[in-house]
Amino acid sequence: MYCVGNPAAESPVLVTANYKLSFDSLRKELSDIDAWILVADTRGINVWCAAGKGTFSAEETSYQVLKTRLAEIVSHRELILPQFAATGVASHKLNKKCGFKGIFGPLRAADIKKFLSKGRKADETMRSVTFTLGERLVLVPVEISLIWKPFFLVTLAIFILSGINPDIYSFGAAWTRGLAAAGSTVLAILAGAMLTPLLLPWIPGRQFWLKGLQIGALAGLASLPFFSDGNNFTASISLLLWITATASFMAMNFTGATPFTSLSGVEKEMRHGLPVQIAGVFMALVLWIAAPFIG
Amino acid sequence: MKNFRYIDDTAILQLNVEACIGCGNCVTVCPHRIFELQDKKAKIIDYNACMECGACSTNCPVDAIYVNPDDGCGCAAYIINSWLSKIRGKQFNVCSC
Repeated sequence: MYCVGNPAAESPVLVTANYKLSFDSLRKELSDIDAWILVADTRGINVWCAAGKGTFSAEETSYQVLKTRLAEIVSHRELILPQFAATGVASHKLNKKCGFKGIFGPLRAADIKKFLSKGRKADETMRSVTFTLGERLVLVPVEISLIWKPFFLVTLAIFILSGINPDIYSFGAAWTRGLAAAGSTVLAILAGAMLTPLLLPWIPGRQFWLKGLQIGALAGLASLPFFSDGNNFTASISLLLWITATASFMAMNFTGATPFTSLSGVEKEMRHGLPVQIAGVFMALVLWIAAPFIG
Repeated sequence: MKNFRYIDDTAILQLNVEACIGCGNCVTVCPHRIFELQDKKAKIIDYNACMECGACSTNCPVDAIYVNPDDGCGCAAYIINSWLSKIRGKQFNVCSC
């Protein structure tokens, strides 16, 4: 339980998650009004994800209401919940569990002040989720930071494989070919986890693996003069396949971060995309190993 | 969100109009604004915008709404893990997000 300003017994109670950014943005938006903030313990997870996984629930909210003895602090019996909490918090169960009535505020903390001043009313815009360029941009570093470990392991494996050649093994080839492959991997990640999310509404099609495939193929084609050994056609095709398949997978994985893809839809597109991506990676691998032998 | 549309005809969302008492909770909580109250009953006006977040069914006091109950986020890593665990017949809770 926290205060913003100088809250009194009749000041509103706003509920949020104990995710630092959620709490900070709520406190910032409330800078010049008096209110109580009740924090549900969501183990550091944001409002929507915690609600989705059930940690931000009517039970948890009621537990905090009773634990903080909110009924002795405020004179009213109303909790204002973020609309995104609705996935986990059944507002009609709150009254029975803790004696407080739950009402859903707007989706975004930025609209709270307007919501309070308009008599607890949110218009359609305040209740509609958006996915602006800025909102997509902040997700990019998250996506990229989550793949360092697989990236490192894959790159290591590629360096080792790159040395196989007609003279049995060449450390020089491992280094030069490995660098080209590693550069291609970085490009694939940028194409799938950065360019695709940023250009999302303008890339044709609806399935993410297909969006990533297009951007990956374009990035791969554009990179050919830089990464491929111009004399080795097989290696060039291998890198092109690798970039396209990896970008497609990265783009498909981005569905988890968007506010508009249904789990059923993602499963459906994965049944189409994953076999293509696996085939692409497999062919890329075979061609990469074969390239020094057949040129 | 009209500029972002996902795959049509895949979301699992069912509304039992018979059971609906017209409280309007689903209309309030849906982040994609797919419900509307018509003649004191909820009506789905934009089914293909559903992302299965489950806010409507959680907040329906009479259980008139059914949404895909799988509570995982829609990331590929989660789905691959859930498929693998189904094959192996094991429980899992591996998701990096």
